[in-house]
Amino acid sequence: MTKTQLSEPAEILVKSICARYKNDEHELINILHELQHELGHLPAELQSAVAHELHIPVSKIYGVVSFYSFFTMLPKGKYQISVCLGTACYVRGGELVLEEFKRRLNIKTGETTKDGVFSLSCIRCVGACGLAPVVTIGEKVYGRVSPQQVRRIIDEYLMLEEG
Amino acid sequence: MIKITIDQKTVSVPRGTTILEAAEKAGIDIPTLCHMKLHDMNIENKPGGCRICVVEVNGRRNLTPSCCTEVEEGMMINTHSMRVINARRTVLELILSDHPAECLTCAKSGDCELQRMAHRLGIREIHCKGEQSAYRIDNSPAIIRDPDKCIMCRRCEMMCNEVQTVGVLSAVHRGFNSVVSPAFEKDLMHSECTFCGQCLAVCPTGALTEVDETTSVVRAISDREKVVVVQTAPAVRAALGEEFGYQAGTVVTGKMVAALRRLGFNYVFDTDFAADLTIMEEGTELLQRLNAFLKGDKSVKLPILTSCCPAWVKFFEHQFPELIDIPSTARSPQQMFGSIAKTYLAEKLGVDRKNMIVVSIMPCVAKKYERGRDEFYVDGNPDVDIVLTTRELAHLIKLCNIDLTTLPEEDFDEPLGQSTGAGVLFGTTGGVIEAAVRTAYEIQTGKALPRINFEELRGMEGFRKAIVDFDGLELNIGIAHGLGNARKLLEDIEQGKSHFHAIEIMSCPGGCIGGGGQPYHHGNADILMKRQHALYTEDELKVIRKSHENPDILKLYAEFLGKPLSEKSHKLLHTNYFNRKAE
Repeated sequence: MTKTQLSEPAEILVKSICARYKNDEHELINILHELQHELGHLPAELQSAVAHELHIPVSKIYGVVSFYSFFTMLPKGKYQISVCLGTACYVRGGELVLEEFKRRLNIKTGETTKDGVFSLSCIRCVGACGLAPVVTIGEKVYGRVSPQQVRRIIDEYLMLEEG
Repeated sequence: MIKITIDQKTVSVPRGTTILEAAEKAGIDIPTLCHMKLHDMNIENKPGGCRICVVEVNGRRNLTPSCCTEVEEGMMINTHSMRVINARRTVLELILSDHPAECLTCAKSGDCELQRMAHRLGIREIHCKGEQSAYRIDNSPAIIRDPDKCIMCRRCEMMCNEVQTVGVLSAVHRGFNSVVSPAFEKDLMHSECTFCGQCLAVCPTGALTEVDETTSVVRAISDREKVVVVQTAPAVRAALGEEFGYQAGTVVTGKMVAALRRLGFNYVFDTDFAADLTIMEEGTELLQRLNAFLKGDKSVKLPILTSCCPAWVKFFEHQFPELIDIPSTARSPQQMFGSIAKTYLAEKLGVDRKNMIVVSIMPCVAKKYERGRDEFYVDGNPDVDIVLTTRELAHLIKLCNIDLTTLPEEDFDEPLGQSTGAGVLFGTTGGVIEAAVRTAYEIQTGKALPRINFEELRGMEGFRKAIVDFDGLELNIGIAHGLGNARKLLEDIEQGKSHFHAIEIMSCPGGCIGGGGQPYHHGNADILMKRQHALYTEDELKVIRKSHENPDILKLYAEFLGKPLSEKSHKLLHTNYFNRKAE
């Protein structure tokens, strides 16, 4: 792992959020939530900085970050693709849709494309089972998605990018 | 008291007792895997994770893990019903379904609790087939981590975090992918790991083992060009016998020396000699700092901390770098020995240091890391070439077809083999400081000690303090074993709350007798008590019991070093420490 220093604004943010929670290690999850909300992801050096503030080993923080799928150590893409794998979506082919996104974007679940445009994750049920299988990108919901439609969806956003 | 019935036996136990403990009292041995309790040492692991210890409680729908269920009045418990045995076997089969079937070649074979459990539960077939973990093996100079063999008992995590407060190991990820690992899947070598080895001392499987160097020793001995010298640490003699069927606490010094000679070492020496040398240097340093302090010299820092333990050294380098000028600069006995062997002894024997191989037998895995530190190399040649643990020595003896039990008792070679009772004590918590006090007292006061045993410095409590009267001058002594206890002491020092003059710290619970390289105690703390007792007995049996009266040490100073803390001593016997916080 390459060692990178935390940027000064990020360090100040860590200090202020931890201080607001009185550097209490029991507030770790809340602290991580806020940091991810502000910064989008929780890189290793950020976790080390939190460990320093809370006086707990960084391995413990990494244990929490790696346990909860909500937390991510990788920066999220500009467009966050979430493929639903809840029961209804799963039985109607959600996994095939996910596989197609993985193949076309050449990334794994939880990763971000090199250009930072897309990130891919799977979620469990968005409460729109009638539309299964469901894909969400940002606020937008796509229903009854087939693997064949995946390319068209990706192109839609690439065109937006090209302006 | 609460009355319960276990397997038709009625027992009364205090409220708060677990079913497992109650069963133990009733003489019923419920099998356990993740659970481990070191009685009297305040060390317990009971995550209730493995589910091997389940029992059937009348009136309860589900089976109950006995290690973390407290007894209730009138409980009727069955520890071996068909349902219980089936559940246990299923649980174990599930564990084994994701465990490499490498028993024949595994380093832990024969000493593995998982293997023993499979045997005990009569597992003949693994009915469940599923995904297999495939992790990278983490090789460090001292410890090998093979997470494929991890069963998530989390004993290592408990030792690393709660007992040692090093905090390197943690359970990470979730579900099938969960594993115990350093943060961000770093290697141990690039973490704050101290290599104390307490993780592997409690690992029930081969997931954590020491780096095996027995073959390098055989190769070195076979090389006719080389003079191969061996040193044996004090705690080894009090534990080696256990690997050959002796009761814990049997001292096998003489037989060990005979075995080493039969293995083909050219010279069999004693780290206890170097321990005496350490006392000369460290004791003199203590007095120098103490007397300057008493004269009001503000530049002198007290307390002085011992520096024999390499895991402790690495611990303060990582965790308390602002205190690195407080520990004694004296090298550990292992490194003092290596340094003297490759200068003084090499000169005497007319051997070039490059043709001398120094092998250490240590109760410790951190010593493997210590010997490789850059500062202990001279022109690319290490002071100590190979370090074997007590367990590795036992393997080596068996490999070479030697039966330790039938060997005669033999003496160490001259001139680095003679030692005092003080040197022997280095193997137990409280021993280094007792040895130092014996010498420092006589040097400081110019009087003979009124008594040699300092009972107030002995014991097994994790943190002890005592006042030793130096003929009117009261010396405040602190003793800590286990790095968690050491941390508390260091925090006091940092905050200016400490009033100790000298502090002894050993990383492993019990000191070196409980080292990570010793025969596995499998959760039986009684073994540590017996080893400790054995060292005190060995001390009592020695004719000379004070380091500064060791005639060979006096000769070494007269012929070679001059006096303690001389320029030559500084060069060969002292060291400096590094701030590793940034790593």
